[in-house]
Amino acid sequence: MKPSQFISRKLGLWFFAAMLVVGFGVAVARSGPLSPIQVTTLRVESGSLSPAIFGIGTVEARRSYLIGPTAAGRVKAVHADVGETVKAGQLLAEIDPVDLDERLRSTEAAYARAASAVTAAEAQRKDALARRQLAELNAKRYRDLGGKNFVSSSAVEGKQQELDSAQAALEASEANLQGARQEQLRLKADQDGIRQQRGNLLLLAPRDGLVTSRDAEPGSTVIAGQAVLRLVEPDSLWVKARLDQGRSRGLAVGQPADIVLRSNVSTPLPGKVARIEPVSDSVTEERIAQIAFERIPEGLSVGEMTEVTVKNGAAQSGLLLPNAAIKQMPQGSGVWKLKDGKPSLTPVKLGSNSLDGNVQILDGLVAGDEVVIHSERDLNEGARIKVVSQLVGKPK
Amino acid sequence: MISLAGRDILHSCSKFVLTGIGLGLLIGVTLSMAGIYRGMVDDAKALLNNSGADIWVVQQETQGPYAESSSLRDDVYRALLALPGISRAANVTYLTMQVRLGNTDVRAMVVGFEPGQPGEPGYLVAGRQITRSHYEAVADVKTGFQLGDTIRIRRHDYRVVGLTRRMVSSGGDPMVFIPLKDAQEAQFLKDNDAILNERARTTANPSLNRPGVPGLLDAILASQNANHNVNAVLVQIAPGAEPEQLASEIRRWKHLQAFTRAQMEEILVSKLIATSAKQIGMFLVILAIVSAAIVAFIIYTMTLGKIREIAVLKLIGTRNRTIAGMILQQAMGLGLIGFMVGKTVATLWAPFFPKFVLLEPGDAVRGFIAVMLICALASTLAIRVALRVDPATAIGG
Repeated sequence: MKPSQFISRKLGLWFFAAMLVVGFGVAVARSGPLSPIQVTTLRVESGSLSPAIFGIGTVEARRSYLIGPTAAGRVKAVHADVGETVKAGQLLAEIDPVDLDERLRSTEAAYARAASAVTAAEAQRKDALARRQLAELNAKRYRDLGGKNFVSSSAVEGKQQELDSAQAALEASEANLQGARQEQLRLKADQDGIRQQRGNLLLLAPRDGLVTSRDAEPGSTVIAGQAVLRLVEPDSLWVKARLDQGRSRGLAVGQPADIVLRSNVSTPLPGKVARIEPVSDSVTEERIAQIAFERIPEGLSVGEMTEVTVKNGAAQSGLLLPNAAIKQMPQGSGVWKLKDGKPSLTPVKLGSNSLDGNVQILDGLVAGDEVVIHSERDLNEGARIKVVSQLVGKPK
Repeated sequence: MISLAGRDILHSCSKFVLTGIGLGLLIGVTLSMAGIYRGMVDDAKALLNNSGADIWVVQQETQGPYAESSSLRDDVYRALLALPGISRAANVTYLTMQVRLGNTDVRAMVVGFEPGQPGEPGYLVAGRQITRSHYEAVADVKTGFQLGDTIRIRRHDYRVVGLTRRMVSSGGDPMVFIPLKDAQEAQFLKDNDAILNERARTTANPSLNRPGVPGLLDAILASQNANHNVNAVLVQIAPGAEPEQLASEIRRWKHLQAFTRAQMEEILVSKLIATSAKQIGMFLVILAIVSAAIVAFIIYTMTLGKIREIAVLKLIGTRNRTIAGMILQQAMGLGLIGFMVGKTVATLWAPFFPKFVLLEPGDAVRGFIAVMLICALASTLAIRVALRVDPATAIGG
């Protein structure tokens, strides 16, 4: 073996050894628990954040009407169909009157008869009046004659008795007339009542509205209160939104909101909180609020799902941090603050948060503190870290 | 004094280096196999760590939520919060399913959690935590989703707002975190056809659709589509409380199953992944034996290859100790190169495995000792042969 060949071999071997050691060193240092944890950090700065609440809801009508009979009956006709717009007072459906028309005719006949009875009683009264007048004249004449002793006193008393009888007969006939009139009135009222009942079988639209469902067809029997048709007022449509209780602080009537309909995701519609229900759902732990549209869009369907974002409150300024930095612990919230380049868990007090992920820091940090935002694994107190600009994706 | 071993290595430099690299690749495979086994166990533990719970409360008589299915009412957590010693309790649901992104889908474990409560991803590598109570998701980077992607779970679209890392199910499927209410719906909501069929079935049932009770059918239909179930309640205990004592209290008085961290780990490691871990372990044992045999044979044949040179050495009066030292040094050197190459390549190719491969330093140290021991043992075989060589062989005798 030539010395030069020997030396080059020796160099080659050393080179290989060096490569191996470097590769091994890199492999050990870059992976496993010995390697530093890569993190991204941010300096705490003050800024402003606009708090907002997000929830989902369904389009509902503020005023909806169930149109149904007040007593059980069979549906005779339904004059409106789903999707039709109806005017207030329009006939929507009829319930079969069964024998109501016949009863009405019977009371009409009875009323006519009562009218005849009144006429008869009036005639009787006139007759009684005529008899009494005659009896009065006779009685007066006999009293005069009796005073001059032309007739016997018994004859005078006889005529007086005739007068009294005629008077009594007149009174009786007057009472009779009164009774006949009252009977007439009663029958009139009966007739009106049956007419009203008849009218009640016609189901009329209480308001201008839109028919949303037709629940009974002619021939079907419905009970009192059961709906034949359902109406909504199209200009009273709003969104019944369910908002997470935990984030609903500061919700108030009149706050502006964005409504995104599922049928039109790209265009949020403006609206505002119209009502907040005082009772919240204890099972789903949600607050319920109604959001009115600024302008009700065309073709809005009741029951459509919507997403609602309520801007609850003015922009608040203070120290801000992304919520990825917040660590939740049994003792409360904390952040990993860098102290001399080492992370240390610092308890913080949080304020409001915005939907884009910023949280207001009320206490625990000062402006300029460097805080760990993202980390590639769980940090612990004083861990070795390496600050990088970003952990995943292409570098910006 | 010159190093006989060094001289001999320099003499057959490329042969030595190539043998070392080949050996290294074999050791790399063995180390990777150990890493795969460790990775499986670590996946199971990562699942427990990520949930951040001290006690898992699940349906009575089940070993849920990971090993068995479990179903609880979602108001159970309130009763648990009332127990002394419990500081936080939160509902959680787990459902392994295909999550769609565009035309592709990814197998993932969908976790329904309540923001700010146990079960929330503990750290993010990008983006932010969920702020809306619906339709936002945080995904593990292994899913391949990017920030801003719109993924589809059942009938709703979710926007990926944050990415996390090492959040996997016990089977190694990456996790997708979504708000609890959405997850409850995703887990228990039927598809539209099934809902329509169910409605028709209920409507056709005369005892449920009674003409005399107008609201009954609507109420029944509404209750059929509501769901208030979760898979487990994650409980964090107050500092100073005793988890085992609390768990037994929950088991006894709340009539629910409760597992402490240690019990849950036992369920996951010795029940859920037991068979596959044993499978890998068995393979690891065989691979280790095969590697040891190959190392021994390589060193043995290397020595046999230079039996003539050894005979010459003996002829010129070299001491046995020197010859034995040369063979031992060469064997150890080979082992060292092999180990370093093996460790390096194992580290390099570990990230490309679809499931997590955990290369523990302890395993590396154990592997190093084993490699060195095997090399030393193998060299004794070779040394025995070398020492028995008749110096006459050198001159063709």
